[in-house]
Formats: sequence, C-alpha cells, structure tokens
Amino acid sequence: MAKQTKINWSKHSQLIVPLLSIALIVLFNAFRDPSFFSIEITTNNAGSTVLTGNLISILNGASELAILAMGMTLVTAACGGQDISVGALAAIAGSVFVKVLRAGEITPVTIALGFVACCVVAMAFGAFNGTLVSAFKIQPMIATLVLFTCGRSVAYWINGGATPTVESPLINAIGSFIPGVPVPTPILIVIVTAIVLALVFRFTSLGLYTQAVGINQRAARLNGINTTMIKLLSFMILGVCCAIAGVIAVSRLSLINHETLLLDIEMDAILAVAIGGNALSGGKFKIAGSVLGAYAIQALTITLYAMKVPSTDVKAYKAIVIILIVVIGSPVVKAKLSQLWKKIKEGKQGKEAVRA
Amino acid sequence: MKKFAALLLAMLLVLTMTVGSAMAEVTVGIVNNPPSESGYREANVKDFEAVFSAENGYTAKTYYSLKNDEQLAAAQQFITDGVDYLLISAAETTGWDAVLTSAQENGIPVFLFDRMIACDESLYEAAVVSDMANQGKLAVEWLIAQNLEAYNIIHIQGAMGSDAQIGRTGALDAQVAANDNWKLVVQQTATWDEAEAKKITESVINSKEAFNIIYAENDGMAKGAVAALDEAGISHGVNGDVIVMGFDCNRWALRELLAGNWNYDGQCSPFQAQVISDLIQKLEAGEALNLESKKIISEEKGFDAKTLTQEDIDTYGLGE
Amino acid sequence: MQNDVVLSMRGIGKSFPGVRALHNVDFTLRKGEVHALMGENGAGKSTLIKVLTGVYTKDAGTIHMDGVEGEVIIRSPQDAQQAGISTVYQEITLCPNITVAENMFIGRGKGALVKWKDMEKRAGEILQSLGIPARPKQQLGSCSLAVQQMVAIARAVDMDCKVLILDEPTSSLDDKEVAMLFSLMRDLKSRGVGIIFVTHFLEQVYAVSDRITVLRNGELVGEYEVKDLPQVELVSKMMGKELEGLSDLVRDDTPVADTSTPVYEAAGLSSAKGVNPFDFAIRKGEVNGFTGLLGSGRSESVRAIFGADRVTGGKVMIDGKSVKVGKPIDAMKQGIGYLPEDRKDDGIIADLSVRDNIILALQVEKGFFHPFSQAEAEAFADEYIKALEIKTASSDTPIKSLSGGNQQKVILARWLLTHPKYLILDEPTRGIDVGTKTEIQRLVRKLAEEGMSVTFISSEIEEMLRTCSRLIVMRDRHIVGELRGTELTQDNVMRTIAGGGD
Repeated sequence: MAKQTKINWSKHSQLIVPLLSIALIVLFNAFRDPSFFSIEITTNNAGSTVLTGNLISILNGASELAILAMGMTLVTAACGGQDISVGALAAIAGSVFVKVLRAGEITPVTIALGFVACCVVAMAFGAFNGTLVSAFKIQPMIATLVLFTCGRSVAYWINGGATPTVESPLINAIGSFIPGVPVPTPILIVIVTAIVLALVFRFTSLGLYTQAVGINQRAARLNGINTTMIKLLSFMILGVCCAIAGVIAVSRLSLINHETLLLDIEMDAILAVAIGGNALSGGKFKIAGSVLGAYAIQALTITLYAMKVPSTDVKAYKAIVIILIVVIGSPVVKAKLSQLWKKIKEGKQGKEAVRA
Repeated sequence: MKKFAALLLAMLLVLTMTVGSAMAEVTVGIVNNPPSESGYREANVKDFEAVFSAENGYTAKTYYSLKNDEQLAAAQQFITDGVDYLLISAAETTGWDAVLTSAQENGIPVFLFDRMIACDESLYEAAVVSDMANQGKLAVEWLIAQNLEAYNIIHIQGAMGSDAQIGRTGALDAQVAANDNWKLVVQQTATWDEAEAKKITESVINSKEAFNIIYAENDGMAKGAVAALDEAGISHGVNGDVIVMGFDCNRWALRELLAGNWNYDGQCSPFQAQVISDLIQKLEAGEALNLESKKIISEEKGFDAKTLTQEDIDTYGLGE
Repeated sequence: MQNDVVLSMRGIGKSFPGVRALHNVDFTLRKGEVHALMGENGAGKSTLIKVLTGVYTKDAGTIHMDGVEGEVIIRSPQDAQQAGISTVYQEITLCPNITVAENMFIGRGKGALVKWKDMEKRAGEILQSLGIPARPKQQLGSCSLAVQQMVAIARAVDMDCKVLILDEPTSSLDDKEVAMLFSLMRDLKSRGVGIIFVTHFLEQVYAVSDRITVLRNGELVGEYEVKDLPQVELVSKMMGKELEGLSDLVRDDTPVADTSTPVYEAAGLSSAKGVNPFDFAIRKGEVNGFTGLLGSGRSESVRAIFGADRVTGGKVMIDGKSVKVGKPIDAMKQGIGYLPEDRKDDGIIADLSVRDNIILALQVEKGFFHPFSQAEAEAFADEYIKALEIKTASSDTPIKSLSGGNQQKVILARWLLTHPKYLILDEPTRGIDVGTKTEIQRLVRKLAEEGMSVTFISSEIEEMLRTCSRLIVMRDRHIVGELRGTELTQDNVMRTIAGGGD
C-alpha cells in the first residue's frame, strides 16, 4: 500500500511546484485576512442564488487562462515553442461570435451557430500558424508573431464598430450564471473543456504521439508518426481553445473590445505552462500542471487586487513572484533540493540506526 | 546597374509625389489613435475622414497608432514628406517637442485635436480639444448635487498618463481631498480594459467594504464594473444602491442610462474636424487666425439618467 | 629523400577519459604527394587530424615541419594556419551569402580597410591559375558544392599552405565533380603541396593517392606505397584480419534452391541519401546481411527499404504484390520493422517510459483513434521485459536511465511486438556488452527459424558470418557481390569489399 502511494507521487512530481505555489498564496492570504477565502451565497440581479467570494473570483476569472493554457501545453509539447498569438486569435474568434449573433435574433441556435463558426475560423488560423511551424519549419514564436501583430486588426475588420454589444439573457448565462446554477458558467466551461480533452486523450493516442514528436522527432517519424500532422493538430486544438476563451470573454461583458479582449494573456498562458512544470522546450507534458499554473497566476492577481496594490504595480509584483516560482521549479534548484532531502533522510536513517 | 535602377525609382517617386501634391489643394497629415480603440475614436476618425476628403479639396495622409513612439515617427515622416498641415491626437502628452519644433522649422502649421500635448504654445496654431478636466468637473458637480451623506467611491481609471485619465481623475481627487465624507474605496487603473474593471470591482465586493458609487473613466469600464455588481446581486442605477458613472456617451451606454441602469454619462465630443478645417481655410486665404486662446474647447455636456431623452441619444450617442 | 619531408609526426599520443584515442602514431608527409589516411570508425583518423590542426592538444609526441627549427607548437587552429596547415572539411565552412573573392580573403586582411579591386583581381588570378570555374564577384552560394569546396581549397593555397588536409571532400559530390576535384589535387601536387586525403571511398584512394597510412584502434598499422598495397590487403589491414588463404574468389552462379516468392523484393531502389539504384530480395526465414566499410552505403540501403530517407525511385513487391513504400508508415503497414543504426537520435524517445517506447510502433500501426488501454500497454511491456530480460526498475522508468544494451533491447522489443514479416536490424549490437550481443545473435536465428525474414548489419564481420546465411557486399554505394553458403568466409568478404581483383 505504501509502495503504491510512492509510485503515484513520483508520477505526479511535476505537479508539486504549481501546487506548492498555490498553497503559498493561500497560506499568505490566510494570515493576511482569514476571511479572504470565505464563500457566500447571495442572490444576483437576475434573481438566481449564486456563490460569491474571492475563491469564486479566482476560479471564475482564471477560466480563459486555464483553457488557453491547456492548448498552449500541447503546442509547447509538440513543437518545443509557444504560440504568442492566442490573445489576438481569441479576439478574432470573439468577433466572429459577435458577428454571427448580431446578424439576427439571439437564440440558442444562433449561439450554437456562432460558436461553431468561431471554432472553425480559429481552427483555420491555428492551421495557418501550424503550417508555418510544421511545414515551413519556422520557430513557433516567430511564426505566430504574424498573427500576434495583425490579429487585433483582423478582429476589428470583422465587425467594423469599435465596441459592438450583444445583449441577451442567454449571453449572460454563458458569461456569468445560468439561472438556477450557483456556480459561474465559465468555471463549468473549463470543467467541460477539461473533460472533453481528457476524453480525447483517452480515446486517441494524441498524448503518446505528441510527446514522441516533441522529444525525438526523427525517432517519431521512423515509427510511422506523421510529425507534421501532429504539430498542425496541436495548433488547431489551441485554436479551439482560443475560440472557447474568446466566447467566454465576450459573454462576460456582452461586448467586445478588440484592443483589450484578453490582452497580454499569451504571456500568462506560457507562464502557466512553465509553472505547471512543463519544459518549454517540448516533450513530456502534464495539462493538469498548466491548469494549476493558471489558477496560481489568477490567485496571485486577485490577492494583489485585494491588497489594493495599484494595478500599475501589479505586473511588477507578479514578475517577482513568478521569478521565484520558476527558479524553484528549475532543474538546478530541484536537483539541489532533492540532494538536501536525501541528506535529511539519510541523517534520519542514521539516527534510527544508532538508536537501534 | 542595381544602384542606378534604385536611383531612377527614387526619382520617379519624388516626381509623382510632387505632381500628386500639386494636384490637390491642401495636404494634411493626420496622426491619430486607431478607430478600433473605442467608440469615441471610431466616431472621431470618421469625422476627420469625412471633413478632410477629396471633395472638400484635401489630400489626407493618415496614421493610426496607440503607441506614442510610432506616432512620433509617423509625424516626422509626414514632415519629411512635406505635408501642408499636421493634425495630431497624441497617445501621450509628452515627448513631442522635437517633432513639433521640426514642423515649425519646416513651416508646417500644427493643429492638435482631441488631446493636449505638454509643450510650449508657440509650437502649434491651435488645439481643438475636449477639456477633460472640465468633463471631470461636470461629473463631480453632478455627483455633489446628488447630496449623499457619504460618498464611498470605486474609482476605475483609464490608462495612466493619458489626457482623459488625468482630466477625469483630477476633479474627483480634489473633491475627495477636500471633503471628509468623500472617500475612495479603491482607486485603480484598468487601462480602459472592461474585464479588468470587473475584476477590480469584484475584489472590492469580496472585501465587503461599503461603496455606493462607481466612477469609471469610460463606458466600457463602467460596464465591466456593472457586470460585477449584477453577479453579486447589488442593485444599481436610478433606484439602486450604487450610482454608476461613465464617460464618452456611447449609444449603448446612453441606452443603459435611459433604462435607469446607470446614472450619469459624461460627453466627450469627437467632432473637431470642422473647426480645424475652418481654421485651415482661413490660413489658406492668407488671413491671420487671431484666436483669443489657442485652446479651443469643444462644448460638452453631462447626461443624467433622470433627464435623458431618446432625442439626446440620437444626437449625442456614438456608434450604433 | 629526407629533404622532401614537409611534415613529420612522431609518437603522437592522445587520450580522453576512459579512451586511448591515439597511441604512438607516426605520420610522414612529403612534398608534392597525396597521402591517404585510412581506417575504420574509431581508428583515430579524425583525432590525428584534430591534433595536427590544433583542435586537440596532444599528450605525447613531436611534430616537425620543413623549414622550422625544432618542434612545431600547435595549440590552436590559428597556430596551425600560421604554420602553413590548412583544412577543408566535408561541410563547407565558408559564408554562402558573400562573394567568392570575399570568401577567399575574409579574416585575412591586415588592416581595417580592404582594397576591393585588388582583392577581386588577385582572386581572379588564383581561380584562373587553378582552373576553378568561378568568378570572383559571384555569390559563393550560387556555386555548386564542388566549386565551393574548390574555392575553400584556393583560399588555403593562397595562404601559402604547405600541408592541405582534405577531410572527406568527396562525400557529397557526383562523379564528374570528383574528377574535377582530383585534377585540382594533381595540380596542387605538382606545385609541391603535401595533401592529406581522408576518405572511405577505396577506389578514390587508388585513383589519386601516392601513399597510404593505415590506422586501427588508435595505433599505426603501417605506411605503404599505393602500388605495393593491393585493395584486398588494404581492407584486411583496416579490419585487422589476416588473409588466410589466397584462393580466388568464387562467385556462386548456381540457381538458388528456394524458389518461393520473396517476402520482400526491390528493383532499382534509390533514395535521397545517395544510394545507387539496387536490386534486393529476401525470402521467408532467411537472415541476410549488408556488409561493407563505413560509408559503403549499407545503412543507406536498408533505410531506403524502410522508407526512412526519401525514396526517389524503384519498385517494391511484398509477397509478390507490387506496393508503394515511400515513408516508414508504409513499410510498417507491409510488416517491415527497422531498428536504426543511431539508437540515440533515431531510436529511443528518451524521456518516455520503457512501456511507451515498447508499444510505440504497434500503437502507430493500430492507429491514432485506437489507443491501447493502460492495462494492455502494461501487459505488452511486461511480456517483452520478461522475454528479452530487459533490466529496468519498472516499465514506468524513462528509457534514458537504462544502459545502452537495455535501451537496444527495448527498441528490439518495440519491433518484435509488431510481429513483422521482415525485420531490419542495423548495428543492433554496437556499443553493448558481449553477453547481450550473443543474446541478440541467438534471438535473430530463433526468429528466422520461426519464419521471420531478417536483415542484419554489423561492423564486425565474424558476427555477420555467424548470424547470416547470405551477405550482400557493398563498396562505394554499389552492391559489388553476394556471398552464400560455403563462400561465407572472412577472406572472401574482404576480397569482395576490396574489389576482388589484385
């Protein structure tokens, strides 16, 4: 039995860093303000009973980031590089969603249509990025720089207007609460996305193929894997993630502002992947790590807001904490820590031996 | 051979440019923020495109960017290209002296619009601007007139250092400093980002601190804050617990006022092109401008939800 | 005679941690000769060259050069260049995006200012005098590889080099370009330049060289005049095997007893990696081998069979049916497995577990949408860990933490799991301990008895003789012979590699 748990721990050792960082933030808040994590039940303005509190704010606010981090993990693993155009692509996807909704009355059908349309568009742009990376062998960051630069202009062209609005209770149901469900819908969307992705991993060999391509592309090819296809696929899956994130972000406010929608989120998404213990040079990966990383980042942001740190300074504080997390998670420090751990253990055993 | 071809090409270019500018009567170089920035900017850009059109005898060269350094480079390029007039709405108020001096040395009159630049008055002909400080003053005066016992304000600022942020923050800061019953529960910038405004508001709600006013420096951020109120079940608007204030008068925002969901929206007029065009025509005719003040302020209002009419929305609303 | 010596290396020794790369090696180069430096992989050729060019510092020995009093000290490539030793490598180390003239003079200018006109004029003169078909103002990148190499040589010559080292200069050239290079080499020879020629193309050695020095396992075998050393003896010296009998090579022209349809048959197969079109067939239960010196094309041939390199031509039949094999997955679908020569770069997926490494090929054959369950994968892995006695902590252990021999067994397990009809093993025993070696040999025979067709490649001839029932002999990227049955002796193999004659 003891052996069993041991094996499980070594298998999930990658998750220690993000879990530790979340724990640290929680601990810090517990000391700072014990009521920080209290959850309350209130009635919102639409008349439903809902949950509120900082914990909900963190889980809710990190939704887009968590979803983007999932896709980013795949791209990182397969290509050994990152997509920096996810914010811009989410803005494009959100604009397509808004465009479809504004074409007529907002009904469940048009919402479904809009979602499908923005998924298709985002996948097409993802395929564009993926083709540059896989077929033309351009570095992911350079390849996605194209869309990063022009994506928000493209988003603007789609609707023309600066901040088009889409008002409907149905949109509110996506962006905040479904009447009768006390949990914010974005949290539910993250869960559904995670389940779908888990099913994809369960019913395809995506995980094995992606890791094989990321670790040793030549060997993967000699084992019959279409490496170009796998890289392309990772970008298209990230495209879908961008579409989902874009739809959530639009629905939260019933409006889209191309310039600010999920601005700078690409860096947070890459960071989430790194905090999650995934190598940015590709290869082995754990999506759960990246999702935890996303929540860690959001928890940090909300904590800083709660402390009323001026938001102009938030980025600087964030940077400091992030440097700490990344350094702790670096192979050098990890090796030193495990050495230390070994020594402590040996010391203990030595003492026990002496006692015996 | 290659060098020769390049030289020929350059000469051709210069030639076409001279011919081009000889054909149109007046060439203006317009440096502005991109229309995608906000509903305000969209209306502003449209206004300038309509007034400085070929039908009105203008050739307009435009450059839109949110970044000051890019704007500076573009303005310098327009000077090099030899435009007749330079029209600028700056992303930031500082850093423009060198470029404006260069324009003056080249005999190119400069008009500022929408936003002031922190520089010597002699460097430009006139500045047609919204008085952001006045907008702030109007809003704060309206707020004083509400006669509340306590003013606990969530103040969500625009991008720090922008003219709008400085102007709209100034009056409020002064009032808070001078009155004990005025208090800023939080003062944070959301850099014009709606989602960020929501997070800031959410954080205050979660901290259980009492507040009764949202003072957001544009409509989008007000909307973000309201989304947070809605989720927490806090009533707002005309008959609500929290007063909601925004700026810019987007049409959708005025509709919120009309529905009683918000309380106040400050106007920020984007229509400056005609005033500038009139001044340019005067200069073209050889007349002196003889302005009382180089700062020409657009007339602006503040709208109260209780007195707003559909007609107001049709007249003053921006966008659709 | 002694006056002709331009370079003399005596008693050179060089060790790396755990390896003695050179021991007491002598090498003498005379004015105006082409001197081939020969040896199999690990013989010490490149270490010797690197000592001479200052990349490595020697542990022992002396270097003397014509016209220099006392020992020549070479501590860096700059020292070597100043002493008049220039090297032209297989890969062009010039800049393709600047002109020929600039490439010839770059990094040599004494002052900051370069006189372009003079430079171009001088470059033109040199190119012309050496008969190199390039213009000074031409971009280097627009020249063919052969011409680029010649420009590199011209640069060296202009720097007054006394010793010119050509390291595998012909590997990426075609026959015509090789001829061009040779005429340039002869020209330089007549000018008194001493040339050290490193290559593994036997025929080229005999076409252009005057002397041959053979190294083996870091030691000097001997220095020979070309006319005194027949090819077959050269091969035997390189491989370290004495010729036993001098009986003439007998080719077996009698028809083969087994007339069944070959499991795999190729006609005119060629690949982008430069294998000459070849025919090949293998029958059920047969173990054959491809043999030849390093670089003879034996690995490239089997890679072409598996589609590992881009296949450029040829017909393939599996069980008598015509099929297309353009990439690995095609070959796998036809029941072909391939254990690559380069285990680290082509074989293992280092960070993945032993289990994932074992199931990979079968999983790919089964398809993207039909993944094995954890339990199935576990069962497969355990089965083969047991069958091949793979020493690993668990099937979850990353393959990179296993020893080389056990990694190789994992890759072998990967292909055995796919139950191939035809399994290609390229150097399966390289770098692994003797025990595992014999295990693998035994396994190959057993698989063949069970009806699998196997192609087996090894640098060790004894191993191939023990394991294979038929050997295909390659030289200079051509198949030059086929040995079977009683013909399978070391003697015969070496003779065939050397070209029979002599």
